[in-house]
Amino acid sequence: MKTMKNQIMKNRLLIFSAVLLAGVAQAQDVAPDALVRTITQDVVTVLKQDKDIQAGDPKKVAALIDTKVLPHFNFTRMTRLTMGRNWRSASPDQQKELISEFRTLLVRTYSTALSSYRDQQIDFKPLRAKPEETEVTVRTEVKPSGASQPVSIDYEMEKTPAGWKVYDVKVGGVSLVTTYRETFASEVKERGVDGLIKSLAAKNRQGDSAKSGKT
Amino acid sequence: MPWTKRICAVLALALCGCATSGGNPADPLEPFNRAMFSFNDTVDGAVLKPVAQGYRRVVPGVIRTGVSNFFSNLEDAWTCVNNLFQGKFEDGAEDLGRFIFNSTFGLAGIFDFATGAGFQKHNEDFGQTLGKWGVGSGPYLVLPILGPSTARDGLALLVDTQTDLVFRIDGVPTHNVLYGTRAISNRANLLDASSVLEAAALDKYSFVRDAWMQRRRNLVYDGNPPRQKEDEDEDSR
Repeated sequence: MKTMKNQIMKNRLLIFSAVLLAGVAQAQDVAPDALVRTITQDVVTVLKQDKDIQAGDPKKVAALIDTKVLPHFNFTRMTRLTMGRNWRSASPDQQKELISEFRTLLVRTYSTALSSYRDQQIDFKPLRAKPEETEVTVRTEVKPSGASQPVSIDYEMEKTPAGWKVYDVKVGGVSLVTTYRETFASEVKERGVDGLIKSLAAKNRQGDSAKSGKT
Repeated sequence: MPWTKRICAVLALALCGCATSGGNPADPLEPFNRAMFSFNDTVDGAVLKPVAQGYRRVVPGVIRTGVSNFFSNLEDAWTCVNNLFQGKFEDGAEDLGRFIFNSTFGLAGIFDFATGAGFQKHNEDFGQTLGKWGVGSGPYLVLPILGPSTARDGLALLVDTQTDLVFRIDGVPTHNVLYGTRAISNRANLLDASSVLEAAALDKYSFVRDAWMQRRRNLVYDGNPPRQKEDEDEDSR
């Protein structure tokens, strides 16, 4: 009798842990290119359907980015890379503020870019990476209407316990991190880390007033 | 020819005039460039941008695409030659195919049937050809009205201007109308990009410069530039 009960318990435990493991494995196992494809298609579907977003409603665009896109970005690494050597001279509190302000700025920029999306075709390039690699570049291409060259959008991604995360985006070969790096460095050189945080905050507020001024 | 002279004058001024060093090693002419950048920005805000916005409001999208395609088709001829200069014969053949196909069936390039038929458009100019031949970009250089460039690309622009097909069309008034239309059409195509720039940049000047230098490098290597040292994690040192 006792052994029977034990057996059942063991089985249940096994099943339970198997289910648990499967769940974890699923989050990790989504290939980076598949992830980019799913997110992009989700976002494009919403963009095509939502009339408010097409009319340029900033709140709705921001909400879309918040739920669909942001969870797949590693803003800490992005900010650290952009800061370069200056990262270590920032206190933990300053680092937290930097990440949060930079994140806001990028969301604003991204919202502006998405609002101008019409119905360009997006191509997904095959992933050239070995399965054991933990850092990959996922390449996509946006084909604009008319006779212009397609624009490449590449995502630099890293494998983390919580799945693949984006830490840099390159549009037409222009890296977001590299482009901000010089600006960040010269701000820190002239006005210190706090000066940079203030500039970022001011830029983010300026976006607010410009937007409310227009409507 | 006046374009050529003007560009020469600016290059000479920029290269020998005020070689005072700023912070960025790729931008030793920063004081000159910043002045030129703010001049261009003022002209853009006062003339080009409002005209381009009006153009986009008034002219229907189909016609705007036709105009943009027309100029894009003329570019394809020179793109083809540059691809041949760089030894990329397949791409060059594709460009030639585009040019012939669109010039005839596409009614002087107004319609772009070639892209749909699988002939891909390329982006080439003489500056990229020089880059491919191993000429370094030289210092960053902001040209009047024309905007961001480098010493190499500024010089190459002289060659590009000479081979410009719009330049070959007879009659000064026709030239001027075509130049003007092209400028407005190109600016209108950039309206969305410039609003993203406004949203993104803390300092517009350095943002444009750092994006431009990367963009040109990417174009010279046709989308696959070798990794640079700066690309690596600096914090891991």
